[in-house]
Amino acid sequence: MSTTETKAPAAKPAGTPPDAISLIAKRWKNKRGSLIMALHDVQETFGYVPREVALKLAPQLGVPVARIYEVVTFYNYFKLEAPGRHVISVCMGTACYLKGAPEIKERLMAHFGIKSGETTPDKEWHLQDVRCIGCCGLAPVVTVNSKIIAKVKPADIVTAVTALYTPKEG
Amino acid sequence: MPKLTPKDLDVLRAKSVVIKTTISVGLSSCGIAAGAEAAFAALGEEVKARGLDISVRRVGCAGMCSMEPLVEVAVPGQPTVMYGNVTADDARKIIAEHLVGGKIVKALQVQTVNELAVCAFGDNSKPAPAGGPKQYRIVMRNCGVIDPESFDEYVARDGYQAVKFALTDGSSDAIIEQLRISGLRGRGGAGFPTHMKWDLTRKAVGEERFIICNADEGDPGAYMDRSVLEGDPHAVLEGMILGGFTIGAKLGIFYIRAEYPLAIERVEKAIKQARANGLLGQNILGSTFSFDCEIRLGAGAFVCGEETALIASVEGKRGTPRPRPPFPSVKGLWDQPTMINNVETLANIAQIINRGGAWFAAIGIGKSTGTKVFAVTGKVKYSGLVEIPMGTTLREIVMDIGGGAAEGNVKAVQTGGPSGGMIPANLLDTPVTYEHLQQLGSIMGSGGMIVMDDRDSVVDLARFYLEFCVDESCGKCAPCRIGGTQMQRVLEKIAEGKGDDTDVAALRRIAQAMQKASLCALGQTAPNPVLSAMKYFPKEFESRLKKSTPAAAV
Ligand SMILES: Cc1cc2nc3c(=O)[nH]c(=O)nc-3n(C[C@H](O)[C@H](O)[C@H](O)COP(=O)(O)O)c2cc1C
Ligand code: SF4
Ligand code: FES
Repeated sequence: MSTTETKAPAAKPAGTPPDAISLIAKRWKNKRGSLIMALHDVQETFGYVPREVALKLAPQLGVPVARIYEVVTFYNYFKLEAPGRHVISVCMGTACYLKGAPEIKERLMAHFGIKSGETTPDKEWHLQDVRCIGCCGLAPVVTVNSKIIAKVKPADIVTAVTALYTPKEG
Repeated sequence: MPKLTPKDLDVLRAKSVVIKTTISVGLSSCGIAAGAEAAFAALGEEVKARGLDISVRRVGCAGMCSMEPLVEVAVPGQPTVMYGNVTADDARKIIAEHLVGGKIVKALQVQTVNELAVCAFGDNSKPAPAGGPKQYRIVMRNCGVIDPESFDEYVARDGYQAVKFALTDGSSDAIIEQLRISGLRGRGGAGFPTHMKWDLTRKAVGEERFIICNADEGDPGAYMDRSVLEGDPHAVLEGMILGGFTIGAKLGIFYIRAEYPLAIERVEKAIKQARANGLLGQNILGSTFSFDCEIRLGAGAFVCGEETALIASVEGKRGTPRPRPPFPSVKGLWDQPTMINNVETLANIAQIINRGGAWFAAIGIGKSTGTKVFAVTGKVKYSGLVEIPMGTTLREIVMDIGGGAAEGNVKAVQTGGPSGGMIPANLLDTPVTYEHLQQLGSIMGSGGMIVMDDRDSVVDLARFYLEFCVDESCGKCAPCRIGGTQMQRVLEKIAEGKGDDTDVAALRRIAQAMQKASLCALGQTAPNPVLSAMKYFPKEFESRLKKSTPAAAV
């Protein structure tokens, strides 16, 4: 088993300067068909697509709010609610599936008392499935924010994940 | 940076590389996930601390993913040595024992890229004769060899020579003619002849034209395209420029899945470098041809790999397919003629132009020419990327290159992911061609190859794929939406030991309806894994019906 940092975009906490939305709108407004790109920027900035942000962004981009929701609800990648501080993604791609991903997921669900797609009540942990992060040669893989745990045995997963806990600041 | 002229390009290419001791570390997503950055840092620190004149550099993935992190040591005048599973401590040991002490660290040594594969460069124009390496690398020829973030290193390996040819002596006719002779077919799954697609788009009427690189790589468990984009992004970009030139496009779009941040970063960098050097933008290499590229990200929808859904997604909409015709080559992005090609297809183009279509056509068998990259994963001993000449048998790939099952025996191989089928071990002597795989009820697919061992249940894997398709169905048409759910329910019943013969018949019936009436290939091919599992492993299904034997005991 090995644990390493990846370049995966980590969810950043809110509290970003108020003009972040205008900047995103400015960047994409005049590019044809760029709504999805703008939403990627939103999610990278806020960690999800908050309702207030969607409401502010829509007029600035010149699209109806309904269009934003139409898109956000179609694509799995976009989140409508704030995930926990630690986002655990269990790869459920075929290689990982054959190498024990279902058991890994079971153990994590049992440990945190949540289902995949849910967040713990204290908002510390969020558990989700991912479709394959392209590291199938190191299956099974689990990521926690930007850290990746590769070639992990189901029995070791809870220890490996909880070892990556970072205490809240302040 | 000055924009290059064709002559400058040749000067840059010929610029002799300083020959000195070099340590290369595979820093692609898989390498990084395995801890390569720690090894890379330790090597750098150790070299600096000891004041050694050694360059420590980054390369892409050589394909030997099960042995990552990989570190290659090249000392002038000595054979290259490859080390596998290198930790930071191992890295320091390599410096101390090998580079200072002059003794190879045997315990960490693994095969080098050259022992595994012949890479198409210079005189290496053909696969090795029998007894030599089984792999032949055209698409992956630079992966694990050059620094993917270095424009100069790509140029030194004949990079952008094909663009130079196109813009100086070539014409779109000449390119299409070479593609026709080459016999290249799309590597995204369907195997449509590339020259025909390029010719159709070129001739279609429109105000503007687009070329799109399909880097959505939706098959879960496959990562060929990620590796090529991370390991040799300029090769794909060169294919895009050649495509743009041939069809008369001004804009190319890379549609990359958001789950591949490093691939996105490297393509972004390659685009910037190409712009700075005058290979993208106005008047490329001083010619009258102008072309640029941008990146659009996917957002986690498998169906967006389907070309009409992909176009909707690039337009910023929900990714739902629409009926074809009209085909994108006639009416695509913004209703204009649009050419969509897979990453691997594009990575082949420059080599075909440089070496000629006949060279490519001589590799492979029948109507399947050239090579194919596979991501061999699952229960295989050496999982990783493999590029083989078409016509190589599944046995050679799984047993000889992949080392067979890690434990137990190989039971079946799945190609084509959720759209493909399972091929039982007794058919492993089948040569890999579009036609042979189709005859077996599977498909070539984009290159996923999942190895199952005798403890894996085909019923469960079939269920896994079906569930995937049901989750990923866009819901637009009833046969796929309803049929998929129905099949899933019946399969669940069987898996739980509650099914009977009528359920097996029901599966066949629903599958047929889905194949015939679904709007796009997602729904049409979704039953394939189930059908192939029933065809080749009927006993395993029966045993589940009788509720007696455990699945794996067949
Ligand atoms: C559901 C579905 C998913 C697909 N996913 C991909 C993909 O991830 N990558 C890809 O290149 N082609 C994919 N395809 C095939 C493309 O629609 C298209 O045929 C291909 O990109 C054409 O490029 P080629 O001619 O170079 O193969 C998919 C097709 C379907 C129906
Ligand atoms: S076959 Fe499935 S994925 Fe394709 S259009 Fe119909 S519902 Fe959508
Ligand atoms: S299947 Fe898990 S990383 Fe690809």
